[in-house]
Amino acid sequence: MKTDHTISKQDFWSYLEEVIDPEIPVLNVVEMGIVRNVVFDEDQVVVKITPTYSGCPAMNAIEMAIHEKLREKGIESFKVVTDFKESWTTNWMTDHAKKKLKEYGIAPPEKTGDDSDFLTSLKGSQKIVPCPYCDSIDTKLQSEFGSTACKSQYYCNECHQPFEHFKCI
Amino acid sequence: MSTFDTIPKTKQEALVETLLRLADDRLILGHRISEWAGHGPELEEDLALANIALDMIGHASALYTYAAELEGKADEDHYAYFRDDIDFKNIALCELPRGDFAFTIARIFLFSTFSYFLYQKLIDIVEDEQFNGMLQKHFKEIKYHLRHSREWVLRLGDGTDESHQRAQDAFNEIWMYTGELFNLDEVDQVAIQKNLFVDTLDFREEWEKLVVDTLEEATLNVPDMEQYMFSGSRQGRHTEHLGRLLAEMQFLRRSYPDAEWK
Repeated sequence: MKTDHTISKQDFWSYLEEVIDPEIPVLNVVEMGIVRNVVFDEDQVVVKITPTYSGCPAMNAIEMAIHEKLREKGIESFKVVTDFKESWTTNWMTDHAKKKLKEYGIAPPEKTGDDSDFLTSLKGSQKIVPCPYCDSIDTKLQSEFGSTACKSQYYCNECHQPFEHFKCI
Repeated sequence: MSTFDTIPKTKQEALVETLLRLADDRLILGHRISEWAGHGPELEEDLALANIALDMIGHASALYTYAAELEGKADEDHYAYFRDDIDFKNIALCELPRGDFAFTIARIFLFSTFSYFLYQKLIDIVEDEQFNGMLQKHFKEIKYHLRHSREWVLRLGDGTDESHQRAQDAFNEIWMYTGELFNLDEVDQVAIQKNLFVDTLDFREEWEKLVVDTLEEATLNVPDMEQYMFSGSRQGRHTEHLGRLLAEMQFLRRSYPDAEWK
């Protein structure tokens, strides 16, 4: 069995990259920005994660998957801690991750701006979300809430394909 | 603080009380909204209500978990499953029975509008990093609830005769429970002094404006603002509805305290 000091930080991150998001199986938890930090304490490694959406039922599954993966790699003394200090934002998703999302058929989140105009935005002003299949901008929001907490539902008027959009928060 | 509790003295005690008050509102309302799962008027709305319920229960879960850490309790379940109705600090607005779809929307709209302004102000003053991080996270989701419920208020109010009437009835019925949103008691006052809570009256006008503008746009009448307002839930004097809700929610956990999902 490997002991913790024979494993470099880099190895550790690469193990975590093998943990796949259960609801978006093309992305791993590092690309998603769920793993915030890995801290090597004296006798154990602390993995800090942050939830994407508060009610996301996948968070438990993700935490368990991290446990499983690290044990599989022979690491025993570690703990996974949920940290709320920083609040997860889709801006943490890498461009590479967004590209993979699109290829998977989910319209990726655009950059979130500041919210100073939220109250005015309540009255109309719908944003344009291009179709991930045909890139048409002739799309329509069908529901702000989709199959999982992180997605909303759109419909493409061009290729007549319903699709999901990763909500920006 | 329930009727039999004492006023918090230390900053930590005040923080725990604040966390529990916020969490109780969200757990109880989230549970009520979850009663729609599988019964929504259309598939999209079924999903939306389930999502909103999940968000609110998620908010409660994070707040309870932090309170449990501060108080040295095992976990969040202590607060959700092993307290009696008198210990819950949620306002009555959150515990009223599910009602019809119009009532559900009116309630989510009024509550989310309140939460929007409350969280916006809290984020500016709360120094505790974990608490503030949660507020920022939840704030983003509250905006979705507000936007979604507001759109439904417009659609129902300015819809058919029946949807209009039901929406009007819903706002008329629920109005006497909105006073509690802005009531402040001694516990809140301590929290305000310690920069853990804000004076809700400071944003009452903003809240009213957004609500009134929306109702007018939806062609609905604004209920009488000066009417009798229900109060007492924050101090543990609940309506009969909370007991029934808790009986259903807590039954399994209390009957089998060590049961685990496998």
